[in-house]
Amino acid sequence: MAVAQIEFSKELQSFIREWKDKPGSLIMILHRVQEEFSFIPREAAERLSRDLNMPLAKIYGVVTFYHYFKTTKPGKHRIAICLGTACYLKGGQTLLEEAESILGIKGNEVTEDGLFSIDAVRCVGCCGLAPVIMVGDEVYGKLTKDQMPEIIAKYKNLG
Amino acid sequence: MVNAKINGIPVQVAEGTSILDAAKKVNVRIPTLCYNDDLPPWAACGICIVKAEKNPKMLRACCTPLEEGMSVITHDPEIVQVRKTVIELILSTHPDDCLQCPRNGSCELQTLAAEFGVREQPFEKRLRDLPIDTSTGSLILNPDKCIRCGRCVLVCQQMQNVWAIEFLGRGESTRIAPAADVKLAEGPCIKCGQCAAHCPVGAIYENDQTKEVWDALMKGGDDAKTCVVQIAPAVRVALGEEFGLEPGSLVTGKIYTALRRLGFDMVFDTNFSADLTIMEEGTELVKRLTDFLGGKNKELMPLITSCCPAWVDYMEKYYSDMIPNFSTAKSPQQMMGAMIKTFWAEKTKIDPKTIYSVSIMPCTAKKWECGRNDDMRSSGSQDVDVVLTTRELARMIKQAGIDLVNLPEEEADSPLGPYTGAGTIFGTTGGVMEAALRSAYYLITKEDLKDVNFTGVRGISGIKEARIHIKDLEVRVAVAHQMGNIAAVLEEVRKAKAEGKDIPWHFIEVMACRGGCIGGGGQPYGATDEVRQKRMRGLYSDDEKSTLRCSHHNPAIQYVYKEFLGEPNGHKAHELLHTKYKKLELYK
Repeated sequence: MAVAQIEFSKELQSFIREWKDKPGSLIMILHRVQEEFSFIPREAAERLSRDLNMPLAKIYGVVTFYHYFKTTKPGKHRIAICLGTACYLKGGQTLLEEAESILGIKGNEVTEDGLFSIDAVRCVGCCGLAPVIMVGDEVYGKLTKDQMPEIIAKYKNLG
Repeated sequence: MVNAKINGIPVQVAEGTSILDAAKKVNVRIPTLCYNDDLPPWAACGICIVKAEKNPKMLRACCTPLEEGMSVITHDPEIVQVRKTVIELILSTHPDDCLQCPRNGSCELQTLAAEFGVREQPFEKRLRDLPIDTSTGSLILNPDKCIRCGRCVLVCQQMQNVWAIEFLGRGESTRIAPAADVKLAEGPCIKCGQCAAHCPVGAIYENDQTKEVWDALMKGGDDAKTCVVQIAPAVRVALGEEFGLEPGSLVTGKIYTALRRLGFDMVFDTNFSADLTIMEEGTELVKRLTDFLGGKNKELMPLITSCCPAWVDYMEKYYSDMIPNFSTAKSPQQMMGAMIKTFWAEKTKIDPKTIYSVSIMPCTAKKWECGRNDDMRSSGSQDVDVVLTTRELARMIKQAGIDLVNLPEEEADSPLGPYTGAGTIFGTTGGVMEAALRSAYYLITKEDLKDVNFTGVRGISGIKEARIHIKDLEVRVAVAHQMGNIAAVLEEVRKAKAEGKDIPWHFIEVMACRGGCIGGGGQPYGATDEVRQKRMRGLYSDDEKSTLRCSHHNPAIQYVYKEFLGEPNGHKAHELLHTKYKKLELYK
């Protein structure tokens, strides 16, 4: 491969060694790779292709099939806006549009400073709090659109 | 056996037979779109749905086995309406530029739309506007036209084991693309064109270069070119299909006539240079085999054929450790290219720079081969200027209003035209092997074979093995075709070498396409094993009716060695007729 060898952590390497010969382990391994890099870099996919002795096309078939896997680096703060049925009915779409307008980006894009990215997601599992957004691992429920600037400002201040 | 009824007609088939195949047996044609004889049923399109009594669901005939006592209905108003709706849904994401499409007239979707009388577009049109990939120069990938039937992906991954393309994305945004959305030329694609040969629509097709050739043929005055053409073995048994003839119909003489009527100044035959390839490769085989048996240069065996450019590309990417085993002989196309712009140019005192050299090939990878490396410019400029596939030649003949079927038969021009039966069978799997053995026998024993037929290496089976006796010497050979079958052979060679055991075979022939060149990616659409076997028989009949059936007997070959080349594998031959290989990365 033309690209330089990418470093995998010792934990990731031993995880791959443990699971590589077991059928159906690709998705699990990809999860670990994404945990380590926050997305699936091309170099990581190519290294997996060698380590797992699996065509790169097959890996990309899986990576691009699932919304969860990202092939570009997301923002430092990932804003996930739920558009599942409950959230959508309670105004999830308005929250999405508000966030897009504040940050000047669309879903699946990253702000120029690399701080934020927006993903529209389907159900984060707390419909009772609809409409819901998540920033990183933090959940914000029962939101209205005028609360968005404040939440975004909070993370902007964190840098 | 299973007994059932299709449209009330009793049918008995072996267990596991699909409803689709069972229906064929009683002359019922169920329409299909994603289904293809070469591939496992994939059930992607839903055109082949049928009903079975006592079953509330509609079944896909391609992937549902006929069961004991089943009563299947293949056609009723509801079924036909559902099929029509499926076609309308597919058309709702498909461009309407049929008249400008390369598959106009040969498109399976167009045919179905016509059969089902689609007259309107009831669904909202949702086109995607994805970029067209022209990077390989051999194949064009237009994802907008793709109906996501999956044939190309199955062909590339399962039949060919190349993995150049995959379904990326999901749902509405699913697209056929190389990994990481790179261009085809930046990935493992070997340009074999089997994707194009299997695509039912205009999503993947050959890079049509007929305009370049027309321009060269029409050029007059100071810019005028001497237009020279060669035709490959496999073209002569397939071109007729484009004009309504049976697959396998031998139309060699008519093609020569047609090429002259198109305006070519000289018509040569790649079968001649196939004979030349045998002289070089056969000599190479005998040298390496003799060394091997004497305990010298053992790592250079087995010898592996290198006539197939898609295979060369594959080997350089996937099996570069085998480079020393590759025959250094150029392919017949490139040998002819070199001979035209050196020997023939010299002989006729024509400046090679004014020669426009065209080759007609069953192959899309040949379009890439003519610019593969500097060895393909042994005359100083590119030896073969442009490569057209069989399909492109058919288009030119039709455009020129030439009635191919009723043409008189002419001969090729000398001395790069006359060929032997050994040259003509190059176009089928096993043919290169058989031709090489015929001459190797002579080169080793200085005697000719009484029976030149090596039937053990013939036929459609994916891997063929044979033991050939050359006097006291036993030569073990293997023949593999369809790229996905190659790994089994080469892995065995790697294993034997790693374990220090005797190599399983001395000589291995590889062709990338199923059936060899007769099933090439540039051949007329609709190849099935039945069609491939008919084309093969066409070539073997050409061999049988030849008075000369061994390359070394070809007087034209003897002449070019005497007048120009010197000895096979000699200095001049090496300069013009041999090449080198290098390891290539799978992804750039």
